[in-house]
Amino acid sequence: MTQLAERHDSLAAGFEALKREPAFGHQGLAETRTQAFDRFLSRGFPTTRDEEWRFTNIAPIAALPLAPAAARTIDADVTARLQPAGPVGVSLVVVNGRLVDTPALPAGVTIRTLDTATSSDLRPMRPAGGTIFPELNTAFFQDLVVIEIAPKAIVIDPIQVLFVTVADGDAPLVSPRLVIRAGEASQATIFETYADASPDAVAFVNAVVDVDVAPGAIVDHVKLQRQNPVSFHLGGTFVRVARAGTFTSHAVTVGGRIGRNDIVSVLDGEGATCTLNGLYVGTGDALIDTHTTIDHAKPHCPSHEIYKGILAGRARAVFNGKILVRLDAQKTDAKQTNKALLLTDEAQINTKPQLEIFADDVKCTHGAAIGQLDEDALFYLKARGIGALDARNMLLHAFADDVLTGIRLETVRTTTMALVEQMLGLPA
Amino acid sequence: MSTSTETIEQLATREYKYGFETEIETDQFAPGLDEDVVRRLSATKGEPEWLLEFRLKAFRVWQKMTAPTWHNLKIEPIDYQAISYYSAPKKKPELKSLDEVDPEVRRTFEKLGIPIEEQKALAGVAVDAVFDSVSVATTFREKLAELGIIFCSFSEAVKEHPDLVRQYLGSVVPYTDNFFASLNSAVFSDGSFIYLPRGVRCPMELSTYFRINAKNTGQFERTLIVADEGASVSYLEGCTAPMRDENQLHAAVVELVALDGSTIKYSTIQNWYPGDANGKGGIYNFVTKRGKAMANAKITWTQVETGSAITWKYPSCILVGDNSIGEFYSVATTNNWQQADTGTKMIHLGKNTRSTIVSKGISAGFGQNTYRGEVRVGKNAHNARNYSQCDSLLIGDRCGAHTFPYLEIKNTSAKVEHEASTSKIGEDQIFYCRQRGIPTEDAVNMIVSGFCKEVFRELPMEFAVEAQKLLSISLEGSVG
Amino acid sequence: MLLEIKDLRVKAEDKEILKGLNLSVNAGEVHAVMGPNGSGKSTLARVLAGHPGYEVTGGSITFDGKDLLELEPEERACEGVFMAFQYPVEIAGINNTYFLKAAVNAVRKYHGKSDLDAVEFMQLLRAKAKLLEMDQAMLGRSVNEGFSGGEKKRNEIFQMAMLEPRLGVLDETDSGLDIDALKIVSNGVNALRTPDRAMIVVTHYQRLLNYIVPDVVHVLTGGRIVRSGGRELALELEEKGYGWIEAETAGARG
Repeated sequence: MTQLAERHDSLAAGFEALKREPAFGHQGLAETRTQAFDRFLSRGFPTTRDEEWRFTNIAPIAALPLAPAAARTIDADVTARLQPAGPVGVSLVVVNGRLVDTPALPAGVTIRTLDTATSSDLRPMRPAGGTIFPELNTAFFQDLVVIEIAPKAIVIDPIQVLFVTVADGDAPLVSPRLVIRAGEASQATIFETYADASPDAVAFVNAVVDVDVAPGAIVDHVKLQRQNPVSFHLGGTFVRVARAGTFTSHAVTVGGRIGRNDIVSVLDGEGATCTLNGLYVGTGDALIDTHTTIDHAKPHCPSHEIYKGILAGRARAVFNGKILVRLDAQKTDAKQTNKALLLTDEAQINTKPQLEIFADDVKCTHGAAIGQLDEDALFYLKARGIGALDARNMLLHAFADDVLTGIRLETVRTTTMALVEQMLGLPA
Repeated sequence: MSTSTETIEQLATREYKYGFETEIETDQFAPGLDEDVVRRLSATKGEPEWLLEFRLKAFRVWQKMTAPTWHNLKIEPIDYQAISYYSAPKKKPELKSLDEVDPEVRRTFEKLGIPIEEQKALAGVAVDAVFDSVSVATTFREKLAELGIIFCSFSEAVKEHPDLVRQYLGSVVPYTDNFFASLNSAVFSDGSFIYLPRGVRCPMELSTYFRINAKNTGQFERTLIVADEGASVSYLEGCTAPMRDENQLHAAVVELVALDGSTIKYSTIQNWYPGDANGKGGIYNFVTKRGKAMANAKITWTQVETGSAITWKYPSCILVGDNSIGEFYSVATTNNWQQADTGTKMIHLGKNTRSTIVSKGISAGFGQNTYRGEVRVGKNAHNARNYSQCDSLLIGDRCGAHTFPYLEIKNTSAKVEHEASTSKIGEDQIFYCRQRGIPTEDAVNMIVSGFCKEVFRELPMEFAVEAQKLLSISLEGSVG
Repeated sequence: MLLEIKDLRVKAEDKEILKGLNLSVNAGEVHAVMGPNGSGKSTLARVLAGHPGYEVTGGSITFDGKDLLELEPEERACEGVFMAFQYPVEIAGINNTYFLKAAVNAVRKYHGKSDLDAVEFMQLLRAKAKLLEMDQAMLGRSVNEGFSGGEKKRNEIFQMAMLEPRLGVLDETDSGLDIDALKIVSNGVNALRTPDRAMIVVTHYQRLLNYIVPDVVHVLTGGRIVRSGGRELALELEEKGYGWIEAETAGARG
C-alpha cells in the first residue's frame, strides 16, 4: 500500500512540475490533463486481477521511479542507426515526445505540433476501449505530432516518424502522441518507429496514436517497436474508419522488456475496410502483449487480422483478439488468425479470440495455431540435404515473412526482417 | 419476401424420396424389453452362451443408466417398452446367392439405388444389405474369401468366426460405455463383420446398406471391423427408412480395430427418414462409433448426415499406438425440424499421433446443428498434432448453429490448430451467381458443394456424387 | 438505343429511392453516373441487374428492344447486362475458373450455343487474365475468397471481360482502390470499350473518370438525374462538391 502511494507520489511530483511548463495549460489543456490524471490515479496501475491484464504483470513498470522525460536532442548518427537503411520518404524525428526536426513536406501533407494544433487535434474523437494508459498520456504529453493529409491528395512517399527515447536520469516517462488525419479520398503511408538511443537505459514509453480515416481514404500504417531489452512500451492505437475508407496496419514488436499494443479500430461507415497484421518476436524474459479490437459498426465491412509470434528463451506473449459485430453490421466479413511458434519449453503464450456477434448475416472466421517448429518440415528439409540449423532458420524466416511480406515499403520490410533475424540468431 | 428467399425455401421442402414401405412378411417380437426378451432374442439367433452373457451384462448395466442430457438436443422421452426389439423378413433364413433374396426386398434396394446387383458390383463395391435388423445379402463373398477377407453379417460371424468376434466385441466400445451403447449391446440384432488378415489390402469398396422397414421397431445393428497388421480397407454404410408418423429408434454401435500399420476408412451416408416438414416422425439416430488405432495405423471417419429427426453421434479415434492417425470429416445438414449434435473425439495417447477434424454443419428451416468435439492429448503423447476446422452454414434465419470445441492438453509439445467460421448463404451469393447467368438452383448446389468440398473429396469416388445429390435433395426448398 | 430508362420509380423497404429517373444510353458510349451518398446511384445499378431487394413501382427499362423488367436476373445476364458489384461476394470452395466456366457456358446455353471445350475456355481465360494482370494463383483460388479489396474489383472486371456483355454497369468499382489498383482496373475497362458495348460507371469521386473518360456525365440526386453534360461536369462537381447542385435543383423544384 505504501508502495502504491510512493509510486503515485513520484508521478504526482512529475505532474506538479509539468504544471509550470507552458505546454501544460496550452489551449485549455490544464483541465483536460487534471481530469485525466485524476482518472488515472483513481484506478492506478492495473494488476493481474484485472481481466484485461490477467497475463501481463506490469508491476515492474509501476515500481519505477517515473519522472516526465526532459527535452533532449540527438545526434544524426544515432538517428541514422535507428532508421531503415535506404529511402523511406519524409522523416520526422521525435525525441522524448517532442518533435525536433521538420523536413520539407510533400504536397498535400501538413504537420502541426502543440503550438499549432487545433482543439480537435488535442482532443481527438477516440473510440472506446483500450486501457487507462491513454489517460496517463493525456496528463503528461509535452508535444504532439499531427499529420494531416489533404482531401484527394495521393501521397506516394511514406512519412516516417521516429520516436527516440534519450534516458539520462531516472526512468523517464515518455508520452509520445501522434494524430493522423487522412482527408476524404486521400492516400498515405505512415511508418512509426519506437527506439532507445541507449542500449541499456530503462525508460517507459506510453504512446498514443489516433487515426482518422475519412470516407474513401486509404491509410497504410506500419509500427516498428524496437526498444532496448530493459525498456517498457505501452502503445495505444485508436482508429476510426469512415465509409469506404481503408486502414491497413502492420505492427512489429522486436523490443522491450514488457511491450503491449492496444489497437482499437472502429469500422464506422459502409464499406470501411481494416487489416490488422502483426509479428512479434520475444527472447530472454520479454513479455509481449497484443490486444486488438475490431468494432464492426456498419454493414459491408471486411476485416482481416493475422498475428504471428515467435517466442524463445523464457519469453511470454499474450494475444487477445476481439471482434465485435454490432446489430447493424450485416454482411460483415471478419477473419482472424493467430499463430505462435514456441522455440523452447519455457516460452509461453496465452491466446484468446473473443468474438461478440450481434448481427445474423455475417461471416466470422477465427483460427489459432500454437506449437513448435514443424518436425515434418524440418525432417523434409534435412532429408534434402539441408543442415539442421539451416532448416530451422529457413522455417523461421518463412514464418515471419508471411506477415512482413504485407508491408509494402521495401526498405522497412528488409530492415524489420534483419532485426528479426538478428534476434533469433538467423543469418541475414 | 424476395424471390430468391422463396426459392431457398422451396429447395428445402422437397420431399423425402426414400419414404416408401415394403410389404413383406416379417417375424417380429411384441414391443417391450426385459431379460426375457434379451434371452429370447439370443435364442432366436442361436447364439452361444458367452454372447448371451455379454448381452445380459449389458442389459443389467443399462437398466441402471439414464439417458444422457448434456447434448444440445430436444428429445421427447422415449418409451423403451413400446419398441419391438426384433424384426426380420420371414422368407429368408440362409441365402446362397442374391437370386434367393425376397423379390420385394430386392426391389426395395433397387429403388434405393443400392448396388446389390452384380453389375453394380463391377464398380468394385461389395455390399451387405441389412433389412430391418437382419442381413439379407452379401455380395462378392467368394472373391473376398480368396484373399482371406471375411465380410459377412454379424450373426454369421458369431457362428463361423466366434473366436474373432469374441476377442474384439466390446474391445473398443465396452458394454458399459454409455446409455445407447449398453442398450445396443443388450439387444443388437445384426450388422456387418469384416476381418482383414495381415498385410491384405482389400481390392474393392465394402459397403452395407441399412434399412428400417417394419413399424415400431428399433434398429440396433452392430458393426465390427478388424484390420490386422498392415491391412487396409475402405467401407461405406448407407441408411434409409420409410416415412412414418412416429419416431423410430436407431441405436447402433460400430467398433473399429486398426492393428499396427493398418488403415480403415469408414464412410457413412446417413439418410434415415428425417420427419415431415412439421417435425412429425423421423428416426432417432443415437450411434456410438469408435476406433482404436495401434502403432502407425490410420482411421478415417467420413460422414454425410442428411437424415434422421435427431442425430447424436461422435465417431471417435483412440490413438493408442505411436505415429497413429485419426481423421474425421463430416457434413451434417439439418432442415425443417431436424436436430443434430455430432462431432468427434480424438484421444491422443501414443507419440507423434495426429488427428484432423473437418466439420461442416449446414442448418436450414428450423434445423439446429451442433458440433461437439474433443481433442485430448495425454501426458505421454509427445509431439501430438491436431488440426480442427469447424464451419457452419446457415440458410434462413430460423435455424441455428452451435459449436462446442473442447481441448484437453497434458503435453506441452502438442501442436493444436483450430479454425472456425459461421456464414449465411443468402440472397447476396445467389444473386451474384444469377447476375453471372447461373440459375438459382445451380447456384445453391454450387455454393453448398463448395462449402462441403473438403469432406466430399474424402468419400470413395463412387459415393461422392451420390452424397452430393443427397445433400441437394435434403436442402431442396431451403434456399432462396 | 441500347438502353432506355423512362420515369423509373423504385422502392426498397417502403422508401422511394428512385423517383422518376430517365436515362438513355447508346451502344459504344460510356456514361458516368455521379451523386452524393444515398442519392440512389447503387440502387440504379442493382435494379438494372434485377436485384430482388427492390420493388419497381413505375416506369420502364428497355434493353435492346426488350422489356428488361420482365426478365429474371440470370436472363438479364444472358442478354448481356453485366454488373460489377460494389461488394463482390465470396463463394468458398468454388474456384474462380470453375465459376467462370459455369457462367460462360450458362450464357452460351441461353443463346443456343454448345459449351466451350476445356482448351477453348482456357485460351480465352488466359488472354483475358493478362488484361487485368490476374495471375494463375488468383484464378485457382475460391471466388473472391481471401482477395484484397483491389483484387476483388479486378476480378469483377476480369469476369466482365470473360462474359463480354453488351452493357457493363460498374457500381462504385473505384471504392477502396489505391492508385495503383485503380489504374489496373481502368486499363481493363478501357480495353473493353467497343462500338457495340456500352458502360454505365457509377461513382462518387471524379478521380476514376481521369482514367475512364466518359462520353456523358449525369448527376443523380434525390432519385432523379438532375443534370447531364460532358466530362467537364465531373470536374465542376469535383471542384464545387455536390452541395451546389443539390441546392440549385431544390431551388428549381421549390
